[in-house]
Amino acid sequence: MSVTPETPIIPKVKRDAILNVLSKGFHIDKRPLYSYRNIEIVKNVAPNADSSVLVKLGHTQVLAGIKLEIGQPFPDNPDEGVLIVNAEYVPAASPSFEPGPPDENAIELARVIDRSLREPRVVALDKLAIIPGKKVWVIWLDIYILDHDGNLVDASMIGAMLALAQLKLPRIDVDPNTGEIKIDKSQRETPLPLNRYVATVTVYKIEDILLIDPTAEEEAMATASITMAITEEGNIGGIQKRGLGYFEEKEFDRIVEISLSKGKELIELIKQYTK
Amino acid sequence: MKREKPQLIINGRRLDGRAPQDLRPIKIEVGVLKNADGSAIVEIGNTKVLAAVYGPREVVPKHQEQIDRAIIRCRYRMLSFSTPGERKSPAPSRREIELSKVIREALEPAILSYQFPRTAIDIYVEVINADGGTRTAGITAASLALADAGIPMLDLVAAVAVGKVNGVIVLDLNEVEDMYGEADMPVAAMPSLKRITMLQLNGVLTPDEFRQALALALDGINRIYQLQKDALRRKYVEASE
Repeated sequence: MSVTPETPIIPKVKRDAILNVLSKGFHIDKRPLYSYRNIEIVKNVAPNADSSVLVKLGHTQVLAGIKLEIGQPFPDNPDEGVLIVNAEYVPAASPSFEPGPPDENAIELARVIDRSLREPRVVALDKLAIIPGKKVWVIWLDIYILDHDGNLVDASMIGAMLALAQLKLPRIDVDPNTGEIKIDKSQRETPLPLNRYVATVTVYKIEDILLIDPTAEEEAMATASITMAITEEGNIGGIQKRGLGYFEEKEFDRIVEISLSKGKELIELIKQYTK
Repeated sequence: MKREKPQLIINGRRLDGRAPQDLRPIKIEVGVLKNADGSAIVEIGNTKVLAAVYGPREVVPKHQEQIDRAIIRCRYRMLSFSTPGERKSPAPSRREIELSKVIREALEPAILSYQFPRTAIDIYVEVINADGGTRTAGITAASLALADAGIPMLDLVAAVAVGKVNGVIVLDLNEVEDMYGEADMPVAAMPSLKRITMLQLNGVLTPDEFRQALALALDGINRIYQLQKDALRRKYVEASE
């Protein structure tokens, strides 16, 4: 059952202060409404992973990691590799996160990231078959929220994209007689084949004000948000509205405009870090 | 077997004979269950979805209670035999968990939940037969069930999916179009207020296609809205005459 979450109580003075600066076009931390906080990337934080990236978006911290396996393809796509995305809200990240299996928020996050990668065909899964129909690369992309200070989707997507872009496939040897596959993880040459880069831009609504990248405090005041996955080519590769509120029909031109321009910015940033 | 992409639009007509902007035939009935406070069944083409509402009622477990409003609880699920092919496991899938949340959030903006503090309004959406558009039919049915339960709302919520199939923007995708099409975009709105309460996109659209798709969805939603009102009138106005 999906249950209305409890809205955090924000003292009225704080609320008024936030609304006051927002109405003047700024976040509570003095950035303009349509700018991201400082983004810091730390690569290879978990050397045992096949690829790992820590993303710091302001005080939000997200850790994305990949484990590669050789497995069976899905029966409906026998010649393609497999990508599986999972997300977990670690209880260390916020007093409101509880231990236990992923809840609806974590599942939704994982599915939004998954769709934003799958539909624009970010990973060239068709190039990941080892023995078509039998053995393919399986990419387990796991996202852990380590510290929650708002805008988890965009931070997670940056992490997911960078973890994929950095991934190098290990050398494999296929025994022609037995069909047995040996992986040599000490030798990595081929980068994971990617078709394009994608970033998500989440536009939040507080009263009538649209903004991006809120802090947790601001996010708690937002009535709704809309995440758009933007591709390198400037197309929309996925959308998800979340929250108890709504968007007006006439707000969409602005939302698309913000998402396209900020998405482009994020993709450029992601590309810089992959160099 | 590799999926072969079938031709879904031939001479401007879809496989079931519809034009791109056509809805499938819709049948709506309100008040179909005896015990539920409100209920409705929506059939759209071969998709058939039942929604039931209980409440406002006492919150069990009590710790879920909120002092200033009613909580909305929603469960979307597909009956084990509702899909073509194999039996669906009755254990909740990740998709069903996400859709329960998405449907709840599509209805929350319409419900005047602050009129019923410390209570729960429970919404159950059961997919009886699935042929594309089950979440949207579920939302359309659930908002009628809420109205049937006498729960005050700002407006009904109506929903429909739009998408891109063989390069054409089409309304109300069925299962085959959803599976082989390029994009599927479910939309829910409160039609009189022009407020969009759900929007998802699974697929790739250009910004122009997105605008066109959204406009087509809202047009379809308006048509479904009229049918919703007709269904409510059939139960309440004609019955009292």
